[in-house]
Amino acid sequence: MKFGVVVFPGSNCDHDAFHAVSHNLGRPAEFIWHQAERLGDIDAVILPGGFAYGDYLRCGAIAKFSPVMAAVRRFAAEGGLVLGICNGFQILVESGLLPGALIRNRGLKFICREVALRVETTDSPFTSAAASGRILRLPIAHGEGCYYADESTLDELEAEDRVAFRYAGNPNGSLRDIAGVLSRGRNVLGMMPHPERATEPLMGSSDGLAVFQSMVSALALQR
Amino acid sequence: MSAVTGELIAQHQLTPAEFERIVALLGREPTYTELGIFSVMWSEHCSYKSSRLHLKKLPTRGARVLQGPGENAGVVDVGGGWAIAFKIESHNHPSFIEPFQGAATGVGGILRDIFTMGARPIAVMDALRFGTLDDPRAGPRNRRILQGVVSGIAHYGNCFGVPTVGGECVFDPSYSGNPLVNVFALGVFRADQVFYARASGPGNPVLYVGAKTGRDGIHGASMASAEFTEESKQKRPNVQVGDPFLEKLLLEACLEAMATGAIVGIQDMGAAGLTCSTCEMGSRAGTGIQIELAHVPQRESGMTPYEIMLSESQERMLLVAQKGREEEVFRVFRKWGLDAVEIGVVTGDAVLRVTDHGRVVAEIPNHALAEEAPLYDRPHTTPYRAAPLDGPAFAGLDLRADLEALLASGDLCSKRWIWEQYDHMVRTNTVRGPGADASIVRIKEAGVSLAMSLDGNGRYCYLSPREGTRLMVAEACRNVSTVGALPVAATNNLNFGNPERPEIMAQLVEAIEGMAEACAKLETPITGGNVSLYNETLGEPIHPTPVIGVVGVLKTAEPLPLEFSRHGLAVILLGGLGECEPRRFGGTQYAQVILRTQWGLPPALDLDYESRVQAAVRALAAEGLLDSAHDLADGGLAVALAECSFGAAAIGARIELHSEMRPEYLLFHEGPSRILVSTARPEAVGEIASTHGIEAPVIGHTLERRLSIANRGVALVDVDVAALRSGWDSALEKMLEG
Repeated sequence: MKFGVVVFPGSNCDHDAFHAVSHNLGRPAEFIWHQAERLGDIDAVILPGGFAYGDYLRCGAIAKFSPVMAAVRRFAAEGGLVLGICNGFQILVESGLLPGALIRNRGLKFICREVALRVETTDSPFTSAAASGRILRLPIAHGEGCYYADESTLDELEAEDRVAFRYAGNPNGSLRDIAGVLSRGRNVLGMMPHPERATEPLMGSSDGLAVFQSMVSALALQR
Repeated sequence: MSAVTGELIAQHQLTPAEFERIVALLGREPTYTELGIFSVMWSEHCSYKSSRLHLKKLPTRGARVLQGPGENAGVVDVGGGWAIAFKIESHNHPSFIEPFQGAATGVGGILRDIFTMGARPIAVMDALRFGTLDDPRAGPRNRRILQGVVSGIAHYGNCFGVPTVGGECVFDPSYSGNPLVNVFALGVFRADQVFYARASGPGNPVLYVGAKTGRDGIHGASMASAEFTEESKQKRPNVQVGDPFLEKLLLEACLEAMATGAIVGIQDMGAAGLTCSTCEMGSRAGTGIQIELAHVPQRESGMTPYEIMLSESQERMLLVAQKGREEEVFRVFRKWGLDAVEIGVVTGDAVLRVTDHGRVVAEIPNHALAEEAPLYDRPHTTPYRAAPLDGPAFAGLDLRADLEALLASGDLCSKRWIWEQYDHMVRTNTVRGPGADASIVRIKEAGVSLAMSLDGNGRYCYLSPREGTRLMVAEACRNVSTVGALPVAATNNLNFGNPERPEIMAQLVEAIEGMAEACAKLETPITGGNVSLYNETLGEPIHPTPVIGVVGVLKTAEPLPLEFSRHGLAVILLGGLGECEPRRFGGTQYAQVILRTQWGLPPALDLDYESRVQAAVRALAAEGLLDSAHDLADGGLAVALAECSFGAAAIGARIELHSEMRPEYLLFHEGPSRILVSTARPEAVGEIASTHGIEAPVIGHTLERRLSIANRGVALVDVDVAALRSGWDSALEKMLEG
């Protein structure tokens, strides 16, 4: 099973995701250029963090028009696993693959620090390896990470068990402490914290491996 | 050719004598464009005309140094076929006029210096100086400048994708009208893949890549070479606007283009833009460059040759390709969506020739610009200082309250409010981020880690530029040694006032000489750097503020933590308690924060002893004998003990001293060459310390939750660690946000 890491011109966590998967998880990975119209021979897609096209307009607002996102949409529609991290999450909501929006942090400042994240559901291909209610220590690094949606969307997300993670100690004002959400088909996850930055002891935490290990298990079952 | 008037010469900040020299070098009067070109190339910022003579005193060679000063950045071998490029540069003047963009483009400029050499930037650090935040008159402005500078650095570095892993931030009224923003950047590459800023091979095409040229930043270099006056606010258009996304594209495209093998030489367009890059690249290779301005991509219409040559628009590079292989280079830049055009050719005649639609607008021998720049041996007398030699009589009434006040003061409090706005983890190489003695970044490919520390001390240097600079070099090296790394090289940024004043020039000269002595002794050659003069507003100079960035190599990836990690360990003070005489106490944080005055001299430093202490801590770290290590610096022993207690485990210590020093000296004197360590094997530590000929008294042991310090059985401080920590942790936020 192979992971594809999408590279937008302004991605800057692409190499980190690649390193986490290929080195720390020990699974093959390859980069996919933003102008690619086909994803190629891969089993899961990672949209990494960064500033896809500079994000001077609205994070992810331009990325949703890129050729690769058309391919990602098709891949997701066929049930393929798509993980959007940070800027990748912003791109997924802009593209309509996930509900809601990510707006400026409550304090209006960029925040980079480790946060405690509670696993809200284990019923997903991204969280099955973690115990429900388990606290993961993962870093955040974003200026626009405040999750926002109208009340009925939030109710629906909760009713359908689609809140994957909540902050234990909300850093950015996200409604209902939401840090990560799943698509209705549960095969697309967007999250603001960076699991790829917590995949070996030297990084200060290996808790992020749970996300990638869950994906590996899910893909193994599919086969 | 229009006549050049005296007024025009003065506007270009050239002296009549300098103008005469230009006429002599050209054999005629310069054109208007040529006058502009000379004015920026001969500005203090580009020519180092006041400092060059003295910079030669600095040691620049070492076994690991592959490239010393003179290129875009210094290059050092770190083993295994890998090398690093690093340098520090200032953006002081622009950051005062427009804090956000001034600081942002400061980051952009130094990053370009690094990837111009072919290295991928992997770390940034900043040394910042601001006026005091609680100043009744200037406080609001100082707070606004700090907030602007920090968000500018965050904006640029975070988007570009380089971690800001550390730095320092200090406050003093002398920086109120003249904040300092010094940015250090470090990159990594294969040692045999270094690119130089040389225009070799006559006939090779000269390419322009990156952003279009606009009218922004014209005369930025000359602005940075003058004092501030009331009119300086009108210079806002001289400050450039940064585009970190474009810079990121430029980085990727340049590294990819370099990998094709079709690039001969490359230089970024920083200060003095197209002017500086064309004449320096030709000068270094002994060639000339001829360019046609009509081919230069322009953002605005109607730009004159003068404006195009002097623009400091950001995110632009000049490169020389192998003739016949241009298309390989163009292909890469097209992939990244960047402008890349051929604007000229390398010539064999060592002349910078600029044409505008075929008409020659400037024709200057390269050496006239780059090597014949004026060199001044400016008069220097006794360094400027207004502080007395002897201080007031005083007695600490409440040492615990003094400690709390020190920990909540601007210089000593936690800078978390600042560094949480920086992405300090991107690239997942940050082993030790902001807040440590030295920041540590691993190089995944090379299997080694690098420790780096920025240090400067304007207070000490104000009292004695020579001694202050020696102390600062010692401390930066000590920081690097304290995490277990071997200091190998350094870069410097010299921030001073107006060198035309002999008492300011004396500060510069003495600081350079002090730096030379300490760098030679501690074996950290200076491989490059920057000089920023004229840091004065309305005649008020800043404290003399040399800043040094020291880089060390760490063989293991496991660095020593700063904080105590568990109770029951012996606490040892490597280097000993030191001593202090009244005059040597006048530069301490205690004098500044508690006594609100300054006198005397900075702490005494014995470089030989310092070097032994550092060797000892590295040996102890390598033997795995230590659980934690933290160097003593501003605030002395008590502040260092407090900082060691601020770990997640909230482990403090019971310290029992037996000294005849008065308690204020004992707790707060800032004598150097001291490192606080905790260990489970005190005897083994003592043995290694004695083989290095240094004192290493056991002064107490770690325990949970409390920090208590007693001398000869008398309690001096006894405090709950969590309470102490909370004042330290929240102080800056309170000062900024009320």
